[in-house]
Amino acid sequence: MNFLLKKMKKIEPLFEKGGRFEKLHSVYDGFATFLFVSDKVTTKGSHIRDYMDMKRTMTVVLIALMPALLFGCYNIGLQHTRAFGINDWTLLQMFWFGFLKLLPMIIVSYLTGLGIEFIAAQIRGHEINEGYLVTGMLIPLIMPIDVPLWMVAISVAFAVILGKEVFGGTGMNILNPALTARAFLFFSYPGWMTGDKVWIEGLAKNGALDGFSGATPLALAKLDGFAQMPSPMDMFIGTIPGSVGETSTVAILIGAFILLVTGVGSWRIMLSMTLGALGLGLLLNATGGNEYTQIPAYYHLIMGGFAFGTVFMATDPVTAAQTNTGKFIYGALTGIMVVVIRVFNPAYPEGTMLAILLMNVMAPLIDHYVVNANIRRRLKRVRTA
Amino acid sequence: MEKVEKEPLLSAKNKKLLKNPLGIDNPITVQVLGICSALAVTVKMKPAIVMAISVTIVVALSNMIIASMRKSIPGRIRIIVQLVVIATLVIIVDQFLKAFAFDVSKQLSVFVGLIITNCILMGRLEAFAMANDPWPSFLDGIGNGAGYGMILLIVSFFRELLGSGSVFGYPVMEKLGFYNFGYEDNGMMILPPMALITVGLIIWYQRSRNKSLIENK
Repeated sequence: MNFLLKKMKKIEPLFEKGGRFEKLHSVYDGFATFLFVSDKVTTKGSHIRDYMDMKRTMTVVLIALMPALLFGCYNIGLQHTRAFGINDWTLLQMFWFGFLKLLPMIIVSYLTGLGIEFIAAQIRGHEINEGYLVTGMLIPLIMPIDVPLWMVAISVAFAVILGKEVFGGTGMNILNPALTARAFLFFSYPGWMTGDKVWIEGLAKNGALDGFSGATPLALAKLDGFAQMPSPMDMFIGTIPGSVGETSTVAILIGAFILLVTGVGSWRIMLSMTLGALGLGLLLNATGGNEYTQIPAYYHLIMGGFAFGTVFMATDPVTAAQTNTGKFIYGALTGIMVVVIRVFNPAYPEGTMLAILLMNVMAPLIDHYVVNANIRRRLKRVRTA
Repeated sequence: MEKVEKEPLLSAKNKKLLKNPLGIDNPITVQVLGICSALAVTVKMKPAIVMAISVTIVVALSNMIIASMRKSIPGRIRIIVQLVVIATLVIIVDQFLKAFAFDVSKQLSVFVGLIITNCILMGRLEAFAMANDPWPSFLDGIGNGAGYGMILLIVSFFRELLGSGSVFGYPVMEKLGFYNFGYEDNGMMILPPMALITVGLIIWYQRSRNKSLIENK
């Protein structure tokens, strides 16, 4: 490491003002701070030094994503063997198969996204920041495995440029970039994002065994009623067709545990979102109406992208509500919207993506009212005193 | 009527009336008028160009008519008078399209009738025709119609090319053989939100080229 540090120090003047590669300063800075702790010392005022900078936060989220990612790889292989009637694959073979299928998508996502971030940082003269590290991992996890890679690249470009950079880059975006990418694909190429063929590797191209359906549990519920759905245990463990990382509630719960223990994810949002969905689910169970209202309330928590969205998407610290009261309201409304879209909208079997995007837009409004209510309350106290 | 027209028909001032709406005073990207129809009729290029021509004719003629009547219109009822003039012209255009371009007229459906409520018309009448002579008003109408049409054409070009893979109905993408490589048309381009985003991108481009358009905070 010492050797590398010396080397970096040696080439540093080239990137300073007046140096030969002045224009590439942010690239140098990005790599240097990625490798080493910054040696810059502040000269004025008192500062709190904390290890919890953005790089750490992002790294924790990446670690929390690992269980879902690993299970996703295994599940790709598992679903493949089921669809094509392969019986002699070992667990490791399934995992390896899935890993090889997923890897190109991850690479494309990172190359496109980081490329655009680097260019944008150069144009603006900003430092390159780590905003894309998590987004780049989230995007492959919320896509169906069979999506063509060029579509992934286009949606990433769309999300990073129009979802993030036009608003001022990391920390300024209104919408969650990963969900923006998914929404873009969802509306642009619905043939690759919905239906019962896209969730299992190779199914759209080769066709499956007779009588095999690759539909997700939610789609099955829409088509044939909830009696046709897989057992709750299957959905909880995640051996069902679906987007890569979203199927296993168990793996996501491990991730949630990591996020909560380290304090990176907001427990307020996760709790209120779960309660919101559960509450409306129970209410619908009691009142009846159409067939989907009869889906047991707890099913909503374990099927589709709800768990993944709750733990990794809705808790995005940039796009969620900022105030503590606001977080409760934001989470609860997101949970409610998920169930509303799932149950009452025949066009979309899944509602997590749209619910979170909608509430992303509402979050500043919620904060505005929470802050104003606080000001009013305190003003009253001052006046009466 | 003492004022005598002395300046030539296309004086520098009048030329500006024609030129400004194409650039720094564009009705859509700068004045932000007529967005509604820009979203609705830009899925394909053919309806967009017909719409652009229709709006240009209506805004130019109504500008001229109102400008010549402006001194005798009582201030209180001027909006109603303006609407009557616009509505008359719109009905003429609508009937004309139905008679000579029925297919396009069907594609445009209600949006020809809705030219009446197009913000550009009332905007130009109130902002320009009520205070200027007929000839400059006519030029202002032509200029704004052209500026509107220009944006409509740019937006519809991208929407048709990326959304339907064609330009003016000619299947470009198919002829170039893109589909053989697994290329697919982008369904979102056909939906209205993408028109809004395209207009936004044009505004972005225009403002990055011409910094004077950026509002001071």
